[in-house]
Amino acid sequence: MSVLSFFTWCENSSVGEAIRGSRWLFPVIESFHLLGLAVIGGAVLVVNLRLLGFGMERQPVPQLWRDTRPWLLGSLTIMLVSGLLLFTSEATKLYYHEAFWVKMVSLLLATAFTFTVLRKVALAEQGRVRPFWSKAVALISILLWSGVGVGGRWIGFS
Amino acid sequence: MALHESIWGYPIIESVHVLTLCLFLGLAVMLDLRLLGVTMLRTPVSEVAGRLLPWTVAGFGIMVMTGLLLFYATPVKTYLNIFFRVKVLFLLLAGVNTAVFHLTIYRRMSEWDLDPVPPRRARLAGGLSLALWGGIVVAGRMIAYNWFDKNP
Repeated sequence: MSVLSFFTWCENSSVGEAIRGSRWLFPVIESFHLLGLAVIGGAVLVVNLRLLGFGMERQPVPQLWRDTRPWLLGSLTIMLVSGLLLFTSEATKLYYHEAFWVKMVSLLLATAFTFTVLRKVALAEQGRVRPFWSKAVALISILLWSGVGVGGRWIGFS
Repeated sequence: MALHESIWGYPIIESVHVLTLCLFLGLAVMLDLRLLGVTMLRTPVSEVAGRLLPWTVAGFGIMVMTGLLLFYATPVKTYLNIFFRVKVLFLLLAGVNTAVFHLTIYRRMSEWDLDPVPPRRARLAGGLSLALWGGIVVAGRMIAYNWFDKNP
């Protein structure tokens, strides 16, 4: 099955049709998507600002990572579920929209980077990672997540 | 007028407005969650507030400026929109909530700074803030829809 035929299948599914046919569903789901955006932004920023040296300096980074992790995972789940629902309602339009693909690639990179490189740096013992590298990692993380946000916003302009 | 007619101006300002949600509201949510006693329990409230509030204030400044510009692009249409009115009402209530919090229990923070779960008044302020800002985001998103527009 090609990617396009899968997208078409999503769009023609009962879920896709229900969301498309309703006046309320799309905006309501999108509102949840936005609320998730705020929380995921907060969770990402608390750890990354700390790594950049603009955050809660007196707190150990591993502690902040562990404290914010449930909120990161929770909001990411809300984002993925609500995003998937929004996607089914207009999948073929998205297939031809470059912003959608920019967003998906950024999302993949940001998620992978966060749970591998960033996680490792955040959980490393103090002094194990040079400040230059932990700052670089934080900056890359912020840029990748921003790419997801900008790509997402850009889907709305076509 | 310039905004209204420009192809790029409006989308760019709107994007900045939406993405600043992460900076402003994301960090405000983290502070609210700390006030509710559900995250960063080993971090003193004063440190969460002290280090995060400057960022949320900066984010709020960007929100207000971009928000005013967006309003200014289509003032009459926006003013007549019910969701805009709800949003402004919630904004005022959120402002009152923040002011009350800072003028009362926040002043006595040294007494409860290290408590994993802050006193009831502080939790109430955190909870109210979360609810109101959630409403503001939803209402703000809905301004794009004119289901209940009054006819000018």
